[in-house]
Amino acid sequence: MQSDIKRLSLILLFAPFALWIVLLIIVPHIGMVVLSLKEKVAPRVYEYGFGNYIDFIQEPIYWNTLLRTGSMSILVTILALLIGFPIAYYIAKIAGNRSRGALFLLCLIPLWVSDLIRAFGWILLLRESGVLSSFLQDTGLVSQPIEFLYNDITVIVGLVYTVILFMIVPLVSTLDGMGDDMIEAGYNLGGSGFTVLRKIIVPYAMPGIVSGCIVVFMLTAGSYLTPILLGGKNSSWFTEQIYDQFITRFNWESGAAFGFLLLAFTTLVVWLGLKLTGQTLANTVAKS
Amino acid sequence: MTDALAYDLECTNISKDFGSIRAVDDVSFEIPPGSFFSILGPSGCGKTTLMRMIAGFEKPSRGDIQIKGRSVLDVPPNKRNVKMVFQHLALFPMMNVYDNIAYGLRCAGTPKSEIESKVRDVLDRIALPDVAQREIHQLSGGQKQRIAIARCMVLDPYVLLLDEPLGALDLKLREAMKIELKLLQHQFNTTFVYITHDQSEALVMSDHVAIMNNGRFEQIGRPEALYHNPTTAFVAGFVGDSNRWKGKVAEVKSDTARVETEAGLTMICKRRENDGMSVGQAVEIFVRPEFITAEKEGAAGSADNTLTGAVDSVLFNGANSRVLVRGRSADLIEADVTVTGGEGDLHSKDAVRLSWSSQQTICFPV
Repeated sequence: MQSDIKRLSLILLFAPFALWIVLLIIVPHIGMVVLSLKEKVAPRVYEYGFGNYIDFIQEPIYWNTLLRTGSMSILVTILALLIGFPIAYYIAKIAGNRSRGALFLLCLIPLWVSDLIRAFGWILLLRESGVLSSFLQDTGLVSQPIEFLYNDITVIVGLVYTVILFMIVPLVSTLDGMGDDMIEAGYNLGGSGFTVLRKIIVPYAMPGIVSGCIVVFMLTAGSYLTPILLGGKNSSWFTEQIYDQFITRFNWESGAAFGFLLLAFTTLVVWLGLKLTGQTLANTVAKS
Repeated sequence: MTDALAYDLECTNISKDFGSIRAVDDVSFEIPPGSFFSILGPSGCGKTTLMRMIAGFEKPSRGDIQIKGRSVLDVPPNKRNVKMVFQHLALFPMMNVYDNIAYGLRCAGTPKSEIESKVRDVLDRIALPDVAQREIHQLSGGQKQRIAIARCMVLDPYVLLLDEPLGALDLKLREAMKIELKLLQHQFNTTFVYITHDQSEALVMSDHVAIMNNGRFEQIGRPEALYHNPTTAFVAGFVGDSNRWKGKVAEVKSDTARVETEAGLTMICKRRENDGMSVGQAVEIFVRPEFITAEKEGAAGSADNTLTGAVDSVLFNGANSRVLVRGRSADLIEADVTVTGGEGDLHSKDAVRLSWSSQQTICFPV
């Protein structure tokens, strides 16, 4: 009787999670794999094969876009880490107890606005007739309007802005767990500021750094709105290719193959990153 | 050797203000080489601030700190040859024992081969030769303690600061570590400055103890001097247990004074030099329980101070057993007794006579 109740409550608790995993993650992905392995040989006639993947390899524009997306995402991740780390350190270690909550809230506020609205915010600032351009003209620094949109730098700035919060949150929580005496001990035993940062603070924060980097990289590589709106036609982001295949060309088979390639590629990059830095998921992400 | 070099650590008139609060107030002391010096005081008396100033984490508002005769006020904490064992030890959890100990040597740019031999050497000296490759979380509390000390001692500091490092240990281990710390200090022959609020730690281990209260040093001296000849009421009350009475001076002689307590008792107290005692002055009297003899009523004796009462309760604690006696004045007086389990033992409700010498009766003007 008792064990039946236990089992029932376990099933009831587990059911939503299992439904979510199966219906929204596993089933669609199996569908995608199956779809991506279909080739159209004649109208309404399909054969199984690797044709969609072979197309991808044979067309340089496809894999160039994927590599470009990957390298720009890595750059965004590094920038987010370099900018986010001092901010997180300030919030966790330097700011007083009262200002800490306020600062954290300030970081969270942009999340309350949708991606789309935030991207339009950047457009208002950076377009040819936008705030920055008019300001530069008014102060006489430039004589003609300047277009700040539709280049790689703008895309990177916009992406860093969108994802940096996901770097700051895990960093703050790991740095929060580090006692001040750890840093003081580092100095006391003769370490310079740089040594303390390199040998004590960064290794201590490693779980937060790794999980922050993984989340930021995945979000960036899979983002769609920001690169399209800020980069325009020049952005050549891989998600745009996937969108094109699905919607514009109505080529679901090829789109599914691209989607799968993006997942495989980002997974590979994360795995390589972990290998190169000598970290494992078990002792970093699982701990943070 | 010049005079200044005779001390490992010398503080002159140092003060520290945090806003309008004075945490450390005009403290001066000097510590001869190779001694165990404790700073004993209640929580919040400024002892941690004092230690942080010596380590360089705080800058004194006034005064000077000299290490081996040289002022270190302008020396940053990582350049001072003063190492610190933190309250929670602050061992680096992401490094193993070897790397924890080697950290300071690497910072100092010691060659690799030398680091290896020095780490082995210090691990041998703390009697933990086989733990070099262990992770910090695999160590027991006592082992962590010793690693934290080894991590500092491997750098040959002039002074080792210890900030209540035994606070987190359980009682049994704390007792063992007290003796061990004293032995380690002898072995390394380095000056230890030990901060604690636990008087038994300070009294057992130290060559000299400073009693600190409200940011000031009340008294500096050897443990037995502090215990037997306190110079202020705070020291008398803080170090060891005491029975206390408040009263007024009734008669002053050259070496004793007669005091009437508020409860109507009369006691003869020892006078100290320059205590400025005068008739009518309000004083506080301190008598330690071990100096009070408790006997069954009717026993003969001739002590300066006697008192009769009834045993309220017997607090049995082996060799440290004690009786609580309710005198005429209704307050409880503590006296140490030997409980043998035989006929002569005191029991609750027994009528007793308490007696003690005027030499063991100390009073301070309030």
